[in-house]
Amino acid sequence: MAEVSIQEVKKYFGNVKALNGIDLKIEDGKFVVLLGPSGCGKTTLLRCMSGLEKVTEGKILFGEKDVTNYAPKDRNVSMVFQSYAVWPHMKVYDNIAYPMKIKKFDRQEIEKRTLDTAKLLGISELLDRYPVQLSGGQRQRVAVARAIVLEPAVLMMDEPLSNLDALLRVLMRSELKKLQERLGTTTVYVTHDQVEAMTMGDLIAVMREGVIQQYGKPEDIYHKPANKFIAGFIGSPQMNFIDVQIKRKEGKMCLVAPGVEVECTPEIAKKIESGKHDRLIMGIRPENIHHIAGKESTTIEGKVYFTERLGAETIVHLKVGDMRIISKIAGDEIFEEEKTMNMYVDTTKIRLFDPESERSILD
Amino acid sequence: MMKKVLILLVSVVIAIWFLSPVVLIVISSLTPSGEYYNPSRILPRSLTLDHLRSLFVTLGGWRATLNSVQVAGMSIGISFLFGLPAAYALTRFVFRGKNAIRLGILLTRSFPVLIIGIPLLILYMRVNLSDTLLGVALAHTSMVLPFVVLISSSIIGGVSVEYEEAGMIFGLSRFASFMRITMPLVLPGLAASAIFAFIMSWNEVFVAAILTVGNRTLPAHILNAAMNAPDYFKFAAGTIMAVPAMIFIFFTRKYLMSLWGISLK
Repeated sequence: MAEVSIQEVKKYFGNVKALNGIDLKIEDGKFVVLLGPSGCGKTTLLRCMSGLEKVTEGKILFGEKDVTNYAPKDRNVSMVFQSYAVWPHMKVYDNIAYPMKIKKFDRQEIEKRTLDTAKLLGISELLDRYPVQLSGGQRQRVAVARAIVLEPAVLMMDEPLSNLDALLRVLMRSELKKLQERLGTTTVYVTHDQVEAMTMGDLIAVMREGVIQQYGKPEDIYHKPANKFIAGFIGSPQMNFIDVQIKRKEGKMCLVAPGVEVECTPEIAKKIESGKHDRLIMGIRPENIHHIAGKESTTIEGKVYFTERLGAETIVHLKVGDMRIISKIAGDEIFEEEKTMNMYVDTTKIRLFDPESERSILD
Repeated sequence: MMKKVLILLVSVVIAIWFLSPVVLIVISSLTPSGEYYNPSRILPRSLTLDHLRSLFVTLGGWRATLNSVQVAGMSIGISFLFGLPAAYALTRFVFRGKNAIRLGILLTRSFPVLIIGIPLLILYMRVNLSDTLLGVALAHTSMVLPFVVLISSSIIGGVSVEYEEAGMIFGLSRFASFMRITMPLVLPGLAASAIFAFIMSWNEVFVAAILTVGNRTLPAHILNAAMNAPDYFKFAAGTIMAVPAMIFIFFTRKYLMSLWGISLK
């Protein structure tokens, strides 16, 4: 178990800058998710940490030890690969035991640990089989067993759930998280799936174009995204973005666009004042737009364009001016198309971004 | 149904087209000399191993066969010694000029070995390699090596790099991971390509004939010895040449197919 510290790491493939100055500190025992769209450098960062890829610049430390130039085998790390990479010419037992055989553990120790780990993952009755005889989910369990049997300093997982079917994915999500909590192993987990990131990570590092955009707790990433990219990347359906102008009405500050008029809370008004903006991008999550008036007095007026009834909730697409605004409403409701609706915005939940830098102006 | 019959018919015609000369050669090699020259008979009444025996024993065929095996063995050994690392590099690493190198390797196959035979003989005479098995083996290597590199690289490419990387993560060096994880997985494919390389060397006659006088490989020896002998000796020689190759290909046909990118389901 170890703390991981990544300092100023850069990785170039020829002219392609895969990692462009990464600083990241992972506390001992934490489950950290690297999240981002494909090509953002998250897998490259993981491979640099494992030693499979050499960094171009910068340092990687496990605890106090500088492992930047260590071969993978000398780093005491383990990995669950996207394709599982369970060796096809070895039985399940040998797959799990092989890392210990390489390190020359004595036979009894190998047997004990292999059986214990197999039991932990519920694959005891599969030990005699070859990987081709296993299902995807079982193969994945073998890969995880192999990865934890040596009690590595850092456990790495590269999109381990992406090859499983939807049901199994949900199940394995909670199981992997529970397992990690039980073992207390520092874990780095790469995914492009925001649900996985939100549900599994103690901390999430959102990456784009080789740079970490925000590093924080899942709830902070969700509720206080640092910029428009993160706000749009996390959450489904996507956050609504509206170009608004700042206007004053009866001493109150309002954010206005065709069909939209949102009254600012005093705290938000203060932030806008200090920034000297006249235009902003307003972000509102679909679940913060309601169709029943609460204490909010601010509205969006639009016509129903399209309704998605999901059973537990209903997603309403509204035409507002020439924009499309999406609202998520609890319960199963029917909305007539072309019907004009007044929607109410929870003003404490809005996010505001600078139109040029796209950074949040609220924190 | 009609389609099946048609396919069967075409297959039979193709098989007969390719097999009938071989069958005729084998039968002729087993025909007693008296019957062979009897114009009224097509198929012999009895078969004999006399021609094969005398070709092997009296005409020095046995020694030539051993030579052939040695030459093929050496050229396979050298080819894999250099070809495997090259194939590994071409598959697993990204580097400048990789495609040029691949193309270059392929281009070497466009020189018939026959053309380099005479210059090679002169070179060999200077360095005392003429009329040696090693000399022939080296010449055959130049023919076999590109084949080994290209085929091996496609075989290695067929094994997911993640298996090897898993080996490296779990305690092996790159080399050890290749030897202990990738090697067992590519071995059947490599064995098939080794056998194919063996047949290439086994069948090669011109360079072997140019480079040697005393230490001749089987095809070169046959060219020299059996071609001046009666016809049934020629057929016996043909049988000796063809049968081992056919047996090898029969047993490795599945792998050979996959080497050439034909998948058998």
